[in-house]
Amino acid sequence: MSTDTLKHSSYHPVEHEEEHHDAAGTKLFGFWVYLMSDLVIFGSLFATYAVLMRGTAGGPTGADIFELPLILFGTFALLISSFTFGMGVLAMHANRLGQVKVWLIVTFLLGLCFLGMEVYEFHHLIHEGFGPDRSGFLSAFFTLVGTHGLHVTFGMIWILVMLVQLSTKGLNDMTRPRILCLSLFWHFLDIVWICVFSFVYLMGVL
Amino acid sequence: MSASSTNAHGSVKSYVTGLVLSLILTIIPFAVVMSGAFSVLTAVIVIAVTAVLQILVQLVMFMHMSTKADEGWNLMSFVFTLTILVLVVGGSLWIMQHLHLNMMIG
Repeated sequence: MSTDTLKHSSYHPVEHEEEHHDAAGTKLFGFWVYLMSDLVIFGSLFATYAVLMRGTAGGPTGADIFELPLILFGTFALLISSFTFGMGVLAMHANRLGQVKVWLIVTFLLGLCFLGMEVYEFHHLIHEGFGPDRSGFLSAFFTLVGTHGLHVTFGMIWILVMLVQLSTKGLNDMTRPRILCLSLFWHFLDIVWICVFSFVYLMGVL
Repeated sequence: MSASSTNAHGSVKSYVTGLVLSLILTIIPFAVVMSGAFSVLTAVIVIAVTAVLQILVQLVMFMHMSTKADEGWNLMSFVFTLTILVLVVGGSLWIMQHLHLNMMIG
């Protein structure tokens, strides 16, 4: 008898929490499936790049135009930003709203460093006359790297939106899954960039 | 509770490990390419292996992909996507390579 009451009183909140966790879990899994479809987009862009790579039409090759030290700087910025976002997620699980905001701002600034590197590179290339209209190789290069850069830009807009929502709504059932989805998005962009860095830049200068 | 939360969300230690590993795995291929001391084949192998390792580090340490999360559906959908990617990328390269060879004749 007494165990029965104990069961009811103690199991109810746990049940509730699980149900609640499930809704957030479904949301996260749905976002994961979106990321997988995004991966297919990047896969096709990589395939396009691999096919057009040698079509330089008398223009520059990768070895002529890639400035690896600059690219390494951007890569480090993005890798570290993935880490700082992870720290933000840990702070969220510890219910430290202030820390979450600080880590998000740090992540945003590192994203800005990366984007600055990319804009500088694109501007420099176009200025030299090596824009996407120069050759098949450059068209594929600008499309692949530009699509990734666009994703980073939208990720940064999302970070700003989350900073506003955290300030107005705080950490609750609505903002928590959004932060988790955004963290998945940000880590995913990091993975895509590792592929770009390895297969486009590093192999491009060989 | 604490054990399950460290599994699902990672810990400071797992994130630091992930960061250090990914930085090392970035510097190795970069140094190999910049030094120019290795043959092209060696460099390509080093780049490919470190890239795959680094993707695994990111997936496991940062994105917490495992057979346990969501009863393995995350992993299943990822493996499915990988299959599609192999078909799309591998197939494109295969077909275009043959087309290229055929066009060169004559």
